Amino acid sequence: MKVIDIKNLTKIYNDSEYKVNALNGIDLSFEEGEFAAVVGPSGSGKTTLLNIVGGLDKPSGGEVIIDHTNIGKLKSSRLIDFRLKNIGFVFQAYNLIPVLTARENVEFIMHLQGKPKAEREKRMKDLMSAVGLSDRIDSRPSKLSGGQQQRVAVARALASKPKFILADEPTANLDSKSTENLLDIMEKLNKEENTTFIFSTHDARVVKKARRVITIEDGKVVSDEIRK
Amino acid sequence: MLWSVAWRNIWRSKVRSLVIICALTIGIFAGVFTWALYEGMVIQRINSAIKTEASHIQLHHKKYLENPDVKYSMNLSTRISEQIDSMAGVKAATVRVIVNSMIASAETGSGVQVVGIDPDKESRVTNMYEKIIDGEYLEGVKRNPILIGKRMAEKLNVNVRSKVVLTMQQMDGEITRAQFKVAGIYKISNGMYEEMTVFVKKSDLINLIGLDRTGSHEIAVLLEDDRTYNDIRDKIAARYKDLDVKSWKELMPEVSLVEETMDISMYLILGIILFALLFGIINTMLMAVLERVKELGMLMAVGMNKIRVFTMIMLETLLLAFTGCIIGIILGYLLTLLLMKTGIDLSAWGDAYERLGYDTVIYPIPDILIAAKVSLMVFVTGLIAAIYPAIKALKLKPAEALRIDI
Repeated sequence: MKVIDIKNLTKIYNDSEYKVNALNGIDLSFEEGEFAAVVGPSGSGKTTLLNIVGGLDKPSGGEVIIDHTNIGKLKSSRLIDFRLKNIGFVFQAYNLIPVLTARENVEFIMHLQGKPKAEREKRMKDLMSAVGLSDRIDSRPSKLSGGQQQRVAVARALASKPKFILADEPTANLDSKSTENLLDIMEKLNKEENTTFIFSTHDARVVKKARRVITIEDGKVVSDEIRK
Repeated sequence: MLWSVAWRNIWRSKVRSLVIICALTIGIFAGVFTWALYEGMVIQRINSAIKTEASHIQLHHKKYLENPDVKYSMNLSTRISEQIDSMAGVKAATVRVIVNSMIASAETGSGVQVVGIDPDKESRVTNMYEKIIDGEYLEGVKRNPILIGKRMAEKLNVNVRSKVVLTMQQMDGEITRAQFKVAGIYKISNGMYEEMTVFVKKSDLINLIGLDRTGSHEIAVLLEDDRTYNDIRDKIAARYKDLDVKSWKELMPEVSLVEETMDISMYLILGIILFALLFGIINTMLMAVLERVKELGMLMAVGMNKIRVFTMIMLETLLLAFTGCIIGIILGYLLTLLLMKTGIDLSAWGDAYERLGYDTVIYPIPDILIAAKVSLMVFVTGLIAAIYPAIKALKLKPAEALRIDI
């Protein structure tokens, strides 16, 4: 089943002095359960693509259709709700809420979704155990290592049962052991929960794990390779 | 959960939050205590005005207040007084004969208002008998006793048992004079009253000016409940249509004005304090928002809508403001409770207060309404302070906010 359908997507940043064509007509689609990496040099348009697919930025042209909705046409208030219900995010610099414990960070989005307490509690425990941090649920982010924080971020992204997860360079700040650990967890959850993962990366170790690798240069897809 | 996030966010920057909480605490403490002090001062003034001077309601001849001449007396007033005394809600009533006169001692003289009272009945209406500092309340002197104020005694340079001479007009217009002996000296908070008013026995004064035995110039009425003066005044006025019936508020408009403007004055003072603090709160919250741009961007990215972001900033501001508010109110109350019994002596600032009718020792009043009014004002201040930082937060675009490096 198609989760995301991108048609002729363009994005032009208009500065006062010059124009930047960040995306130049991208056509892509993602199926349910994919584990895909978007790669390319800096400035190739990876982050822009992920931002637009995640509804954080508006396209200049083309369409992004998620669940029969062209998200480029949604008003920003509707878009926030859309993100809350459909998309999970993992950011480069952990981005947990520092005043909340790991448990509260994971429950936070379910709380925004209005899920009952018992359901929140169960899902949080399942996910914290899946990311291997059952014993750290009451720790604040500052007491966790970078790798552990990123695992909490993955648990948080999955907590709301989104249609897909976008991860913008999730391993950029991690050492190789933590990177490997995080990737294993993401891959396991991708299989167990059948959640689509799309991540942008520079990291060869991440690319190696991906089952689909999309290469972007100058805002265009230059290769789209599916591995078995 | 928003409450808990907001509360914890306040304590992310402990020193910064504590500084503004301290400022709020001091401002509100000062406001609450000043209010309690002011209320104490005003209530003491009103109590003195009612209990010692005017009582709740007074009846006069229709023309008397306009022109306090001895000829404007009320006939059969002792009977009217007894009828009023037996009305529901009335604690006691008494009649007074009032004559403007000259008082003279061996050394000097002065203008004075002579009030002829029935000592027993008067003591049921006013508490003047409690204010005697020397001698006795129209007793201990066989013939023509007189009670004078401390300031008057100093002015005339007389003591208990000194002789004074009163010169006054009789009912028929003739001038008469008589010798009185000081039976007692009183002292009350209203210095002007003390300097202007002396008391003699009604019977002595009636004989002197030739007034009918049942006649008088004033009927003073004390009520059981301080709040019923309007109702009972109307009832009395309906019954004695040819007399002028007035409540203490009408008789002493300057006292009721102070009472009515007290709240306005305090709202103004606190308003100014809070207006200054408002900028401190805005500054604190603005810093709190601007240093969290990335986090706020993340929150909006993951699906926290604008209403929630706005609410969170509002809650943070209000919690910050109320922490200072509650500590300030508690401290203000503690000081009020501490000084409620001992009072604060303002006599070092001279006798200007006394001349205006105020006690020099003020007893602050712990009033729960003050806390409620102050809290409401802090709430409004908090809301106003939160608007700008909250709007700043709402204007963030998540994609851009996330890219900012702090």
